Amino acid sequence: MKIIVAVKQVPERDAAVRVAADGRSVDESDVAWTMNEPDAYALEEALQLKERDSEGEVVVLCAGPERVTSTLREALAKGADRAIHVVTPEEGEGALPSRDTLGVAKLLAEAIKAESPDLVLTGLQSDDLGAGQTGVVVAELLGVPHATLVLQVERAGAGIKVKRELEDGWFQHIEMPLPALLTIQSGGNKLRYATLMGIKRAKSKETREVEAVAAGARVDEVVKVAPPERVKRTEMLTGSADEIAAKIVEKLKFEVKVL
Amino acid sequence: MSVLVVMEQKGDAGWHRISLEALAAGQKLAAELGVSCSAVVLGEDAGIAPLSAELATKKLAGAWAVGHALLAHYTADAWVAALQQLIAETQPRYVVFPHTYQVRDYAPALATRLGQVLISDVTAVHSGPVFVRQWMQGKLNAEYAHKGDGVCLVSVQAGSFRADEVEAGSCEVKTFAPQLEAAQLRTKPGEPFREATQTVDLSAAQVIVSVGRGIGEQENLGLVEELAAALGAELAASRPICDAGWLPMERQVGSSGQTVAPKLYLAVGISGAIQHLVGMKGAKTVIAINKDADAPIFEIADIGVVGDLFEVVPALTRAIKGAA
Repeated sequence: MKIIVAVKQVPERDAAVRVAADGRSVDESDVAWTMNEPDAYALEEALQLKERDSEGEVVVLCAGPERVTSTLREALAKGADRAIHVVTPEEGEGALPSRDTLGVAKLLAEAIKAESPDLVLTGLQSDDLGAGQTGVVVAELLGVPHATLVLQVERAGAGIKVKRELEDGWFQHIEMPLPALLTIQSGGNKLRYATLMGIKRAKSKETREVEAVAAGARVDEVVKVAPPERVKRTEMLTGSADEIAAKIVEKLKFEVKVL
Repeated sequence: MSVLVVMEQKGDAGWHRISLEALAAGQKLAAELGVSCSAVVLGEDAGIAPLSAELATKKLAGAWAVGHALLAHYTADAWVAALQQLIAETQPRYVVFPHTYQVRDYAPALATRLGQVLISDVTAVHSGPVFVRQWMQGKLNAEYAHKGDGVCLVSVQAGSFRADEVEAGSCEVKTFAPQLEAAQLRTKPGEPFREATQTVDLSAAQVIVSVGRGIGEQENLGLVEELAAALGAELAASRPICDAGWLPMERQVGSSGQTVAPKLYLAVGISGAIQHLVGMKGAKTVIAINKDADAPIFEIADIGVVGDLFEVVPALTRAIKGAA
């Protein structure tokens, strides 16, 4: 089975994020980047599917400027066979922030079409913009069936059977033919680390650069970005750990009344 | 120009709870724009009859009952096709969805088919209209405007609008029969199931100590276990802790886990991603300990400590034991 895993590079979770001077985007100048965690689970699922089948190919795909090659290398070190980098400008016209979900999905769909994979996997959402739509939109552009919030994938005849997470602790199996696209929920597998051998091997693996298709006009527009206003007045406690602990105990006794 | 709200049925229990919040959001948006608001429910004719009858008691221009045998069980293909046809027929300017797992599954595909983009997981609507959604796991708010003359699709986040603000009234139930064929449905859904009987009921707990990514390593869990024991609290966690297998899935609080409403929710090393917050917003008092002063958990905490949990938590456990 030929599997393409679409991954996104996002700011690290603990990164302090600042609003850019235009007031409509994130200042990327000091950001440390990492692989979007749900996409790491998608990669893991792809690698395990290939290992179970003892055949096939896992191709990792990422759109973005030069910096995303570090995320592609990480995926190759974990075991992906080769990489496709859809190159977009750092900023300005055609850069990722100038594209809406549909514009980004088109970049990915174009690159995927040329590969004719059996299965496309991606994370259910990104940790930065969190739209949670790219996978489904790519499926629609490719004209293939999809399932979202998938925890497990198994073969079922000529197609696949997936376990999908529903709300409140419920699940559901869904069967579909191939080719198909799945968005992967975290927690279905344990993530692997890249081994030293994997990192070494990654150096000889192919990364193919693909030109980005032109950006169409956005149908939505980000007009303002700002830190959220505090709606609740939080009483912040300061002091040494013991002083803070004493203050909390006071509150637990006399205000919250749980002691 | 009008607003259409897509309601969601859940099991035999009636509405998915966010549907009514979406309905309140749709009514508000319509009032602001001075246009009419309608609502739609999809399903098998008999199954949705009581729901469309209930919609007829709301302040709406109409309640659409979109019935078809192929809508008896949810599939993205059937929902996209049926709604695309209803939208072509009724030409709404705005379509408002509840941001449920089901909507996440089909609404982006529907938007693509309409040449649009869903503005998803919206927490507020300002005049314009401008739709507010979160970036960076809640560290930033981004305001989106829709451009062009096409239909604007928006999904609203759980808890962002109030179901009790749905305005009552009366309207006519209108039926719409979509053209669907079995061959269009590419996926075959199975019956929903649960893994195992839940043995931990966090929803009844009065005191909860909850742990997140900030705990760093599984070996460090002892710290919060001791704190929970000293407080007589149930131990809970955010999703990443359960994903890693450090605590069982049934201790997870959030949109994919349990919803809790204790007297005290003590969040240790939890940044407060929205998926977690929706599960514990109902707590009476929230105390948060986190090293990141910008963590969104502090936006809903009553009491906050910006500090090293590895110092504060043991000190707190000692102080509680001393106070008992």
